[in-house]
Amino acid sequence: MDKVTLVGVYMTYVNKSGEIPALADVHLNVKAEEFVSLLGPSGCGKSTVLSLIAGMLRPTRGQILIDGEPVAGTSPKIGYMLQHDHLLEWRNIRHNVYLGLEVRGLADKEHCRHADELLIRYGLGGFMNRYPSELSGGMRQRAALARTLALEPEVVLLDEPFSALDYQTRLLLEEEVATILKQERKTVILVTHDIAEAIAMSDRIIVLSARPGTVKAEYTIKLSGKNDSPFAARQAPEFREYFREIWSVLEESHAAAR
Amino acid sequence: MQQPVKKNVRFYSRWFRRGAVSEAHGEYLERIRKREMLIVSYQVLIGLMFLVFWEVGARVGWIDPFITSQPSKVVDTIVGLFHSGKLWIHIWTTVWETTVGFILGTVGGSLIAVLLWWSKWVADILEPYIVILNSVPKVALGPVFIVWLGSGTPAILMMALSISVIVTVMMVFNGFNEVNPDTIKLMQSFGATRQQILTKVVLPATFPTMIAALKVNLGLSLVGTIVGEFLVSKEGLGYLIVYGGQVFNMSLVMASVIILCIVAALLYYAVTVLEKRLIHWK
Repeated sequence: MDKVTLVGVYMTYVNKSGEIPALADVHLNVKAEEFVSLLGPSGCGKSTVLSLIAGMLRPTRGQILIDGEPVAGTSPKIGYMLQHDHLLEWRNIRHNVYLGLEVRGLADKEHCRHADELLIRYGLGGFMNRYPSELSGGMRQRAALARTLALEPEVVLLDEPFSALDYQTRLLLEEEVATILKQERKTVILVTHDIAEAIAMSDRIIVLSARPGTVKAEYTIKLSGKNDSPFAARQAPEFREYFREIWSVLEESHAAAR
Repeated sequence: MQQPVKKNVRFYSRWFRRGAVSEAHGEYLERIRKREMLIVSYQVLIGLMFLVFWEVGARVGWIDPFITSQPSKVVDTIVGLFHSGKLWIHIWTTVWETTVGFILGTVGGSLIAVLLWWSKWVADILEPYIVILNSVPKVALGPVFIVWLGSGTPAILMMALSISVIVTVMMVFNGFNEVNPDTIKLMQSFGATRQQILTKVVLPATFPTMIAALKVNLGLSLVGTIVGEFLVSKEGLGYLIVYGGQVFNMSLVMASVIILCIVAALLYYAVTVLEKRLIHWK
């Protein structure tokens, strides 16, 4: 059975001047432990898809299922990581990581110890009592990952979590995050506008059209010698082939959007 | 050929350059430390010149000390107040009225802001009234408070409170609305209730704004208290100023104003210390 399913999903935003169709007839199936990326021109409703799966928005039409059950509000099965880390500056790193646990009423000894272990595993053991302003961008995003995974979600939604980082940090963090999520056997949906990042990290890429977003193309990524390492994936001979193909499809959407 | 200039010729250079790690660093330190010292010197000089001109002017007859008083008489007055034991009573009255006023104003204003944040309905409905109340000069309501609360301390506290509460509402409510919507989105993804969003994100994020409001309110409450004391009291620095004016004792007026300046500065300093203690993460 699919982990996440979208069936004929439409999403239309309304405001005073009228309606803005964001998504139109989106179908999507994500298998358990699969890593799927959503690529598309900006404003195509990629992030809307994540908000819908997270249960923070209701679709105008269509159905969203997790483990075959319709989404009704936020679910503990879903972990959401945003573009910025949104660490609370008045809490030290440890208590930032406890935030989700506190909200869910799970901040007991066992869960907190698990959260501490995650921080140690992600190389932040020595920074637990530091404040976010004392950490680098990469460290902050790792802390945000620990905050997400402390809640032990089955599905992790990544909304351009690397886009605010410098290039080198970005490559290193991609590698770490991919490894961690594979080890933890999470189902992952990544939203990005970085084609190379999508190819390097994903099992499958869904390309969305310009607004209103709909599934335009789909690629199953098979790279020789990838071994779940985005860095190795970038060296694979097939990488450029995928890049060229996805680039041309995206350019069509981009031209249509202009 | 020009001789290389011998460094550190002046005996004070070494003192200015203390802690330098290199020649260039030493020159830099000397430059900025000299500048700092010059600035402080000018600040002191301006104050001293003012006092000297005031005193000498009054003695020589350039200005009329009956209208302007003079520093020596002001000092005499303060010493006299101190010996009569009344000085502390007046200072204490003004300080506690102001403190109660600005704390009530800040806390009350923040509570109202929470209410407005909680219900967008209430916020939108009350908006024009808040704007109107903000533009009313609260001092003009003094007589109203006296009629309602009697001519005593409650009316003074009400003045101090009313002058600071609306500003606080506006400052803190704006602060609430400036909290990053994505941080709230993150909380919602955890399934947070509105109360959890308020207590775990919105209030702590706006805490620095509340401290800033506290600083603004300190000055405003002092105005409210002094005006209140002008109108009704028998104690306090505002009373001393108005009494001094009525009996044409300008030394008493000037002495009270100077004490008021010192009290205001000390209160402001206290709030700054509090701020450093409370906002420890920056």
